Amino acid sequence: MTATAPIVRLDGVEKRFGAVRALSGVSLDLAAGECLGLVGHNGAGKSTLMNVLSGVLTPDAGRVSIAGQDVTGGYSTANAQAHGVRCVFQELSLCPNLTVAENARISHPAIRGFGWRGQARRLIGNKLGEVFPGHGISPNDLVGDLSIARRQMVEIARAFAVTDRPARVVILDEPTSSLDSVAAGLLLKHVRRFVEGGGTCVLISHLLGEILDTSDRIAVMRDGGVVALDAARAFDRRSLVAAMGSVTEAHGQADAAPKRGTAQPVVRARPLKQPDERELTAHAGEVVGLAGLSGQGQTELLVRIFDRAPGTDVAGPVALVAGDRQSDGVFPLWSIAENIAVGSLRRFKGKWLLDEAGITHFAEDWRRKIGIRTPDVGNPILSLSGGNQQKALFARALGSDARIVVMDDPMRGVDVGTKQEVYGMIREQAAKGRCFLWYTTETDELRNCDHVYVFREGIIAADLPRAEMTEEKVIHASFREDA
Amino acid sequence: MASQIGNLISPRLLRALLPPLSLAALLVTIFWLQPRTQSYFGLNLLLNLAIPIALATIAQMFILCVNELDLSIGAFVSLCACITATWLNDTPLLGVLALAGLVGVYALLGALIHLRNLPSIVVTLGMSFVWLGLAVLVLPTPGGAAPGWIRSLMTLKPPLVPFPIIAAVAIAGVVHVGLMRSAFGTVLRGAGGNPASLARAGWSILRIKMTMFALAGFFGALSGMALVGLTTSADANIALRYTLLSIAGVILGGGEFVGGRVSPIGAVIGAVTLALAGSFLSFLRLNPDWQIGAQGAILILVLALRVLISRGEARR
Amino acid sequence: MSGRLRQPWLWAWVGAAAVWLATAAFTGGTGSAQVLSAALTFGAFYVIVALGQMFVITLGPGNVDLSIPACMTLAGTVSMKVMGGAAAMLPVGLVLALLIGLGVGTVNFALIRLLRIPPIIATLSSSFIFQSAAIWYNRGLRVKPPEPLADFTTARIAGVPVIALAVAALAVAMHLLLTRTLYGRAVLAIGQNQRAAHLAGIRVERTRALTYLMCATLAGLCGFLLAGFSGGAALNMGEEYLLSSIAVVVIGGTSVAGGYSNVPGLWGAALFLFLLVTMLNTFGAGAGVRLVLTGLIIIGVIVAASGGRRRI
Repeated sequence: MTATAPIVRLDGVEKRFGAVRALSGVSLDLAAGECLGLVGHNGAGKSTLMNVLSGVLTPDAGRVSIAGQDVTGGYSTANAQAHGVRCVFQELSLCPNLTVAENARISHPAIRGFGWRGQARRLIGNKLGEVFPGHGISPNDLVGDLSIARRQMVEIARAFAVTDRPARVVILDEPTSSLDSVAAGLLLKHVRRFVEGGGTCVLISHLLGEILDTSDRIAVMRDGGVVALDAARAFDRRSLVAAMGSVTEAHGQADAAPKRGTAQPVVRARPLKQPDERELTAHAGEVVGLAGLSGQGQTELLVRIFDRAPGTDVAGPVALVAGDRQSDGVFPLWSIAENIAVGSLRRFKGKWLLDEAGITHFAEDWRRKIGIRTPDVGNPILSLSGGNQQKALFARALGSDARIVVMDDPMRGVDVGTKQEVYGMIREQAAKGRCFLWYTTETDELRNCDHVYVFREGIIAADLPRAEMTEEKVIHASFREDA
Repeated sequence: MASQIGNLISPRLLRALLPPLSLAALLVTIFWLQPRTQSYFGLNLLLNLAIPIALATIAQMFILCVNELDLSIGAFVSLCACITATWLNDTPLLGVLALAGLVGVYALLGALIHLRNLPSIVVTLGMSFVWLGLAVLVLPTPGGAAPGWIRSLMTLKPPLVPFPIIAAVAIAGVVHVGLMRSAFGTVLRGAGGNPASLARAGWSILRIKMTMFALAGFFGALSGMALVGLTTSADANIALRYTLLSIAGVILGGGEFVGGRVSPIGAVIGAVTLALAGSFLSFLRLNPDWQIGAQGAILILVLALRVLISRGEARR
Repeated sequence: MSGRLRQPWLWAWVGAAAVWLATAAFTGGTGSAQVLSAALTFGAFYVIVALGQMFVITLGPGNVDLSIPACMTLAGTVSMKVMGGAAAMLPVGLVLALLIGLGVGTVNFALIRLLRIPPIIATLSSSFIFQSAAIWYNRGLRVKPPEPLADFTTARIAGVPVIALAVAALAVAMHLLLTRTLYGRAVLAIGQNQRAAHLAGIRVERTRALTYLMCATLAGLCGFLLAGFSGGAALNMGEEYLLSSIAVVVIGGTSVAGGYSNVPGLWGAALFLFLLVTMLNTFGAGAGVRLVLTGLIIIGVIVAASGGRRRI
């Protein structure tokens, strides 16, 4: 720890989203001239914490102070920027219809008046040249025409650029995920230069190598709290992984009889970018897990299987259980019954019209089977809690005639009790011969799987039968070996 | 390097060149079919009515730039034309106040649509009835007279270059500088591209929407005034066709429905192209019944070309 | 939210009744029956096109058919001219009108799919062409409709226009189509969330294609009947249906955001719009006041129906 007063002090910060506690009293100091590495598994609270620090989210409890000044009340993004807190968000926040220089103008209001275009071009051009020499980006390029990597470079350069406001604290949330190794190396070098010049940097990354090499200190987050915080020297890859994982050790149950071998697979699919011959296969009666960090191509592969896209070989009807209920699953204006039945309507087709009594009976039946807590399936779906909405989505898939059920991280924001019920249901249905493809970001859930594929950067990085599957192996495969 | 050659004919450039090339092709054909149109008076006649359409198209472009749509601009231009031919002519102060008030109403519409998160299609649909109704109230039967100064401006005969060409270039130039080159215009367009990021950078989306709607109202008013200057009288239905023409003009000029991708120069070119498409047929000695059809066909043709360009882009 | 959405169609009916009563009170009841009968006739034409537009709008934001007027005009002029006033040609004319609608719908959807452009601009550009085709084909003639057709559109049973009864039956069929068939459920699902609908196994593109075809076909039918009713096809006969078809759908309680619509509201809104005009005429208000009020009511309805506030 440095002896000087911290530039940023987070004190007991709490944040809830509904029933989910995203941050449970986090206290963290950032000193001038240091780079803090922030690691943790999905949903550990890293991004939430940084959103609080950059003013996007207001904490439910706790204090944020910058340079000794308490800024908790009325803290906003504009406010944060005035205090010199900059954030490079994971989702890009450039305007694709503007040029690189024009985007610089958006976040630097000081650029105005006659000759502003020249000012903006110089500002962003010089910073790009400083951080990423040989970047090949012209300030006049339209951002929408740039590759993702180049957009990321622009975004980073914009955050480090200085006009009338200082850049005191720069938060980089997975900045290297879309950069190639050369550009990533240049960025990390710049981070060190920036820090040595007295700036403060927070680096969030799942590449443990770059965290260990670049940071002065490393904080490990788990379940909304900081569980380890020490100088970077004190950690190595193994101890970081250990700190991130949950304490319970995987006990390799060997009870499930291997269903593979002679039987014909019902699903075969290869990720588009897969360099080797690995492919995902699944058999009837099997629960196959898709593991890895979030957003590593699991959802894309599941949707391709659902669509029977080229490169997949699917035998039998497929149903999908969405994880992102709002955008992929629930029909918000419909009742619970309508939401459940939409996957099986063909069954209720009479001569002319749908058999409404049959539909209600079917939904009622599934409400009982899967235990959706509602007095009436005619109630609107939004009257249910998140977990019960998720059960309705399970009922939609399980009630259909699909032999293959693909599940896109379906347990997000679902309470423990519901989870246990659904696990049982999946095993029961698998025993009846259904095949499940289950993408999950919760390593615990992989214990319910007969076979696990670990994804990294859009490809299958490991192929683990149940007997060989341990949490450590999954986490190791999730992070790049060479980084 | 291959990429440098690729850059020379980048899809962006091709997309940008499509509207002027379509216009040039149309003009060349017209000149070829009817050489007399190349004269000063020929061009004047050919392009006269394109000016009010261009102004209405610019108005529509401001709305499209912030991801909304205005189904009322035609009725609004009609109303402004009626006010110009009556109040502005008889009692100029009242006329100016009325037009300024209408621009203010446009700004308020922008605020209403933004604050209540309303679909702009329906709000402007309702407003089109309101504008039309007001136009009927202001001018129940066709008539009125153009104020002298507007009339003399619209019939100006500058040496060498016909007035419509100067006007079109001036409109395109002014809006281009204001929206595409100025620091504030950049923020306005950014609101169409990524409003969340703008709000995060501390800009008020409400203010931006109000500004854009007010600008649309301003150019709509100019369009009505220019129209009366040409026709010397007005009626309540005079510009109803402008609603559809203005949308088509923006799209033809390379604008898109979402994402803040618009081009003032393109919009003016699109409007002129559509206005010419009508005359084109009469020079072909084809049935003038197909006037509107030609506008539709050109729109479809250009959109099809655009699809081909972006297909090529995807293949790269 | 959904509680309020339950019965939004009721308001259109309440409005229609109130306006009619106000008119009757003003005139002391004289002519009220005739007014109602006229409202049912004109309302029927509104409802035919609004049924199609409703299904299109239900598909979600950005879906709207601007080619309805052009399609009506084209179907009306071509069928009238082909029939040439001969009663024997009536079935040919009807089939022709429907086929023209089908053709217009096919072109519309082809443009949407092939050019990957928003439905608004696709139907807009195609409508230019269809309108021109109608002008070209018509050549300023006004062919009288076959007598049986004119009789059908003006006939009454016990004072009730036959066409209103027929369109009421059509509306019932469309209501069942919307609420009790796979297709209707698919439309509603797509309008609520297109991605979720796809992931729930609904064939999104096929449903959208059917919807645009149906909308244009209904417009063709309306053009045929309207030409029969008004003594021949006029080139501007579809004009007022562009905005009215959308207005009837919106006032009828259909959500512009998609995924929620209802048929009873269409009849209520169509009657309301017609009766409102009648009431204002009776009160001596001119066309201007009538239009302004119509517009303000549309905006009032949409403001009242939306509770949502933007977050940024």
